[in-house]
Amino acid sequence: MTETADARPARDVLLYFNGVTVSFDGFKALNDLSLVVEDGELRTIIGPNGAGKTTMMDVVTGKTRPDTGQVYFRGSEDLTKLDEAAIANLGIGRKFQRPTVFENLTVFDNLDLALAGSRSTWRTLFARSDAARREKIDMTLSRIGLLAQSGSLAGALSHGQKQWLEIGMLLIHDRQLLLLDEPVAGLTDRETEETAALILDLARDRTIVVVEHDMAFVRSLGARVTVLHEGSVLAEGSIDYVQNHPRVIEVYLGR
Amino acid sequence: MADPTEITTRGAWGPGFWAKFVATGLLLAVVVPVLNLGISPNSFAAVPDYIVPLLGKYVCYAILALSLDLIWGYAGILSLGQGAFFALGGYCMGMYLMRQIGTRGVYQNPILPDFMVFLQYKELPWFWYGFDHFTWTLLMIVLVPGALAFIFGWLAFRSRVSGVYLSIITQAMTYALLLAFFRNDMGFGGNNGLTDYKDILGWDVHSPATRLGLYVASVLGLGAAYLICRYVTRSKLGRVLLALRDAESRVRFLGYSVTNAKLLVFTLSAVLAGIAGALYVPQVGIINPSEFSPGNSIEVAIWVSVGGRGTLVGAAIGAVLVNLGKTWLTGAFPESWLFVLGALFVVTTLIFPRGVVGLVHQLRWLRPRGESAPTPVEDKPIAAEEQA
Repeated sequence: MTETADARPARDVLLYFNGVTVSFDGFKALNDLSLVVEDGELRTIIGPNGAGKTTMMDVVTGKTRPDTGQVYFRGSEDLTKLDEAAIANLGIGRKFQRPTVFENLTVFDNLDLALAGSRSTWRTLFARSDAARREKIDMTLSRIGLLAQSGSLAGALSHGQKQWLEIGMLLIHDRQLLLLDEPVAGLTDRETEETAALILDLARDRTIVVVEHDMAFVRSLGARVTVLHEGSVLAEGSIDYVQNHPRVIEVYLGR
Repeated sequence: MADPTEITTRGAWGPGFWAKFVATGLLLAVVVPVLNLGISPNSFAAVPDYIVPLLGKYVCYAILALSLDLIWGYAGILSLGQGAFFALGGYCMGMYLMRQIGTRGVYQNPILPDFMVFLQYKELPWFWYGFDHFTWTLLMIVLVPGALAFIFGWLAFRSRVSGVYLSIITQAMTYALLLAFFRNDMGFGGNNGLTDYKDILGWDVHSPATRLGLYVASVLGLGAAYLICRYVTRSKLGRVLLALRDAESRVRFLGYSVTNAKLLVFTLSAVLAGIAGALYVPQVGIINPSEFSPGNSIEVAIWVSVGGRGTLVGAAIGAVLVNLGKTWLTGAFPESWLFVLGALFVVTTLIFPRGVVGLVHQLRWLRPRGESAPTPVEDKPIAAEEQA
C-alpha cells in the first residue's frame, strides 16, 4: 500500500482492487492497481491524462475485463466475473464523462427506466406504472431541480441539466456505490457549486467515487484523494497532503 | 430520428385511436369485399376480381414492413434479411398447399409432390411430415422463422454485433438461404420452388371467393400485427428499446439486458414476417428461392424509410405506396423501375427523413389544429383500386 497521511477508524471495505492490470496493445492502462474504498466513503480520484482513471471505472462496471487481478465488491463478489447488467443490479451506478441521457425519452421516462424495479425483459413488456413510482420520480425530479421539465424530452435539456438528470438516474435507483466520471466537466462555476452540494448531500447515505480534474472542485468536496499515475496509486490522503507530495508535484508539473 | 411526440405519447389506447383503427379496418375488410361482390361489376366503383389478390399482396407487404419497422425504427436493428423470414413462412404455407394437391398432380402420386416424383424421390423427406395438417402448418409458420431469428439473434446480440455489421450478416444469412433453396436436393423444389396449388382448407385457391377470403385474412393479420407492434412499442419495453437505440451501453449500466430485449423483439419481428409470407403465398400462387434474394430485403427497408421509420403506420403506408409505384412502373416503364426505387431511397433519406408520415405531420402543423395524433392510415390499398 501507499503511505497515507491520516489514520481513521476502520470501516467495512466496499470495493477492493487486488492487483488489477489492463493492457491495450501492450500499453498498460492499469498496472497492478490495488485500491480500497470503504463503505460510506466519499473518495476523489485524480491523476494526469492516461493515468487509468476511466479504465478503472470501466473495470468496476464490467465494460473492460482486466488481464489479471480481481475487484471485490462487499468482500465476496468478484466483479470481473460479471457483465454490466449484473453489476448494475448489485447496486453500482455510473455517470459517464459525457452526459448520456436518453435524448428521445422524456425526463420522466429517463428516471422511470432508472428507478428500481424488475429488469426482466418479459416484465418490462407487461409493466404498468403506478402512483408510488410516479411519486418517487417526482420527488427525485424536485431534488435535482427538474420538476418543471418532467414532460420534456431529455435531448432538449441544457448541458448542466443533463448532468443532473444523469445523477438523478443514479440517485433514484438507490445505488450503494456511485461512480461519477468528471461530473463538472463543461459546467459553469455556479453549476459546479450546485453539483458539489448535490454530491455532498448524496454522500450522506451512500459510497461515492468521483474522478475529477478540477482541483477547486476536488477541494470543495473535502474528501480523501487518491492520485493515480501510469495505472497505479501514486499517493493517497487529504487534498493538502497529496498536493504537497513531492512525487505528485513532479508528475503533474514535471512533464 | 423518430418523431418523439408520437413515441412517447401515453394513453395511446384511447377511444380516438380505436375509432380510427376500427374505421380503417372496416374500410379494408368490409368495404372492399362489398365493392367486389355486392355491386355490379360494370359499376365504376366496383373492385374487379383480379385486383383482390393484388390488394392482398400489398397488405402482406405492409405486415412485412411493420415487422421491420418494429426492430429498425424502435430498436435500431436494421435487418436486411427480413425477406428470409417472410420466405420461410411462405415455404411453410407452400408445403401445406403442395400436400393438398394429392393425386391431382401431373404424376398423380398421392403423397409425393410432382417435383419429387420428377427428381425420383422414393419417399417423402422427414421435414415434409405433418404439413398435410393445417394446424401443424400454422405452428411451423410461427416456429420456423421464430427459431431461426432466435438462434441467429442470440449469437449476434450476445457477441454485441450491431449497426452495419448486423445488417451485413443478415444479408449474408438471406443469401445463404437463397443458395441453399436453389439446390434440388434440399427438397423444396429447387429453382422452381413450390407452385400449381389447388386448394386451401378445401377451397379452390383460384376462385374469386377464396381470394377475397385470403385478402380479408391478410387485413385481419395486418390489424393484429399493428396492435402487437403498437403494444410493444408503447410498453415499458418499448422505452427500453428506444433508449438502447440511442445509448446502448447506458441501458446496460442501468441493469437491463440489452441482449434479451433485442432478442425478444427480433424474434417477434421474424414471426410477423413469417406470417406475412404465409398469407402471401396462396395469393400469388408460388414460392421460390428468389424470395430470399438480398435485394428483396433491402426493398423492405426502402418501404419503411419512404413511409416513415419509427411510426408503424408509416411503414405500412410506405409498403403500399412503393409497391403501387412498382406495379405501375414495371408495367409502363419496365427499365426505369430500379432507378426510381434508388432515387426514392436517396430522396427520402436526404429530404424527408421522417418519410410520408413525417411530411403529413409537418403539413398538419401548419394548419391550426390542436392534437396531432398519428392516424392509422392503412387505407391506402383503396388507392390501388382507383389506380387500376
